Amino acid sequence: MSLHDHEHEHSELGEMDLRVRALESVLTQKGYIDPAALDRLIDTYQTRIGPRNGARVVARAWVDVEFHEWLLRDATAAIASMGYAGRQGEHMQVVANSPRRHNLVVCTLCSCYPWPVLGLPPTWYKSAPYRSRAVRDPRGVLADFGVALDDEVEIRVWDSTAELRYLVLPERPAGTESMDEAALASLVTRDSMIGTALVNKPAA
Amino acid sequence: MSYVTHADLGGQRGHGTVVPEPEGELFHAEWEPRAFALTLAMGATRAWNLDMSRAARETLPDYATLSYYEIWVAGLQRLLQERGMLDDAEIVAARALLPPVAVARVLAAANVESVLAAGAPTARPATMAPRWHVGDRVRAVSEVSIHHTRLPGYVRGKCGVIERAHGMHVFADAHAQGLGEQQQWLYTVSFTAIDLWPDAAPGHTVAVDAWEPYLEAP
Repeated sequence: MSLHDHEHEHSELGEMDLRVRALESVLTQKGYIDPAALDRLIDTYQTRIGPRNGARVVARAWVDVEFHEWLLRDATAAIASMGYAGRQGEHMQVVANSPRRHNLVVCTLCSCYPWPVLGLPPTWYKSAPYRSRAVRDPRGVLADFGVALDDEVEIRVWDSTAELRYLVLPERPAGTESMDEAALASLVTRDSMIGTALVNKPAA
Repeated sequence: MSYVTHADLGGQRGHGTVVPEPEGELFHAEWEPRAFALTLAMGATRAWNLDMSRAARETLPDYATLSYYEIWVAGLQRLLQERGMLDDAEIVAARALLPPVAVARVLAAANVESVLAAGAPTARPATMAPRWHVGDRVRAVSEVSIHHTRLPGYVRGKCGVIERAHGMHVFADAHAQGLGEQQQWLYTVSFTAIDLWPDAAPGHTVAVDAWEPYLEAP
């Protein structure tokens, strides 16, 4: 990036800062918003609602056969039983990876994403490269993440075009038989629940 | 009458590679979390619905050149301006110049948790039988929409198979136009990727969620 681009970027950030501050001031003065609610919203998604929630769901499914079955049959209820529900996760679908099938989730039209279990989406999920290519060239997208699947593995891409929100249930890695639910959850990454990563067993 | 969305990116070429990002990097500038929270708090006033906000964003003429949260801010300003709730001069002055418009609800900090937990479910009781059943072959309608829609362009005119029926849901197309909920049956429809793009790899399917009016007999 050239010096000019840096300056351009900085001036734009300043402009957006001013614009958003002005917007917040005006909307507060008009009584449309409570600034303390904004702080609470931000704090919620920075500290309470994020991909660790989804990781706990995945780990539970790995150790509890009945929960696994419930999750695939009625994901909304199964996930709610762990306390994760609400905005942008009102209607959940869980899709399970297997040795023969890999699932990948996208929203080509905007940025639909299962907030209660994954929090807010990463920048790449909302970007034109991911939204355009995930449906047409999922193996190419996986390569961008350093993931290469065998040619025989079927790839299913789920485009979140309505109000159903998708969570990938990754495969439990071999060699984790002795690990408990909490330890398993620590292995589960955000990207593995979108489908752009696999879960790897911990380094020995 | 025409409606131009700039958000229907599925299958487009030339957008480059995907750049992964570590977990926990939610925002990339100080204004972004404020813009995010402002948008959610204003949505809670019920001055518009989620489908209207998607329509406002996807039709921004400079959509392709804006960053994600820049799109949110521009969409929010547009929704406010269309309803007489904000004037450009107020942004310049950084203070209210016009009297407020009445809103249905103001999100208080104490209610944030319960409002997020309640969400906005779109499932509605079934008022009619579904036209399609799991395993049925269907064709996505080919007409280009003249209003907000959630049928991606890459499946228009293509044949797929009903994979799951989800009951009736608020119909985004009607909801975005302020025509009420007009609930419709919602289905997951699975397409073989080669039927969508001749250069797609074998063993690759793409599923979209489609309301009944998006589908016709093959």
